Amino acid sequence: MIEIIDVRGLSCPEPVLRTLEAIKKTDKETLQILIDTETSKENIIRAVNSVKWKILEVKKELDSYRIIITKHQ
Amino acid sequence: MKRFETFFATKWGIIFVGITIGVLASILQKLGNPPNMGICVACMERDIAGSLGFHRTELVQYMRPEIIGFVLGAFVSALIFKEYRPRGGSAPFVRFILGVFAMIGALTFLGCPWRTLLRLAGGDGNAIFGLLGLITGIFIGTRFLKMGYSLGKSQKFSSKISGIWFPLIMLLFLILLFIDQFLLQSNQGTILHYSSKGPGSMHAPILFSLLIGLFIGFIAQKSRFCTMGAFRDIILFKQPHLFWGVFALFLSAFVTNLILNQFNPGFENQPIAHNMQIWNFLGMALAGLSFTLAGGCPGRQLFLSGEGDNDAAIFATGMIIGAAISHNFGLAASPKGIGPHTPEAIILGFLVCLIIGFVSREK
Repeated sequence: MIEIIDVRGLSCPEPVLRTLEAIKKTDKETLQILIDTETSKENIIRAVNSVKWKILEVKKELDSYRIIITKHQ
Repeated sequence: MKRFETFFATKWGIIFVGITIGVLASILQKLGNPPNMGICVACMERDIAGSLGFHRTELVQYMRPEIIGFVLGAFVSALIFKEYRPRGGSAPFVRFILGVFAMIGALTFLGCPWRTLLRLAGGDGNAIFGLLGLITGIFIGTRFLKMGYSLGKSQKFSSKISGIWFPLIMLLFLILLFIDQFLLQSNQGTILHYSSKGPGSMHAPILFSLLIGLFIGFIAQKSRFCTMGAFRDIILFKQPHLFWGVFALFLSAFVTNLILNQFNPGFENQPIAHNMQIWNFLGMALAGLSFTLAGGCPGRQLFLSGEGDNDAAIFATGMIIGAAISHNFGLAASPKGIGPHTPEAIILGFLVCLIIGFVSREK
């Protein structure tokens, strides 16, 4: 089961807060984050790098982005 | 173009934007804007409220082209970089109320976060208490965010046209301002109200104000410059990205003021400021809390409005109406000190914000 965190439509800084919370709680190796603004994309990439997780992929979808992150460096 | 875009997401990108705002604000002051008020989103929205006749304080009425420029510049930037995205519906009326109290707090101190920094950069020691209040208010806001505070998700609007109304209103204001210039020349009555003395009468030439506003709106939209976010992200995540921009704004305004002979250190007789420190502190604490609960400082809300964010547009409208309420009911401060009913309004503001903070949760 893939863990997906859907933060589309949330105001700053909730997308980053929820991503960091999920990273803290999860026992999975990878997580997917759904976002809908460029601002959230930049903020989440910055936050994920600061906690030493790695961005695997940023996929552009119809009206959103899917960011796949992983624990392994 | 791609390199230009990614530059603004970097540390040097946000520093560049901070320097630009700091330098241009000090220059606007030299060109005629009020002292230590080269740019002040709260004061300028208050002047707009006066210009529209929403309040009748004759000293603070002018249709500030900088504000119009911020929204339209951000709108153009969002269109060019494909970030224009009409959206809204995340507790709009709560955001309106937050905008009202943000303005009541800001007008108790006499400035938004930008002007707090510009006042400091001009040597106004009273702004230290405003800055401490701002940080305290943001700190309280972050406690709510940690407890799961949220105003809920916004929806993407299906019609592309749904995001253009706030920028269009700004364009209308600009047209009215231009029409009035012709009416003034032919000695006819104007459509809008204009101060003949006081801060509202002090302004840079319209075209300079407009062009600087457009330029700042354009680059600030792309860089996500936010004074509240700067302190919030340090408190919440120890993330200094936005703070670099705010620090650059302060430092560049300070240096420009020194060069232009606009630096006058002290606490007494500072321009458009009072030294009732407890109220300087509490006013900005209320403003800081409101900005945090609404997700952006007044400038950032204008840039978001330009992207098509209806919730941000409603917050900005709340601030304009808040200015009218402040001046109509004796809440706004003046250089003589706070208004006759400032204390009641600040207490009410804190009560309302705390209730909003405690009850708003996204399941």
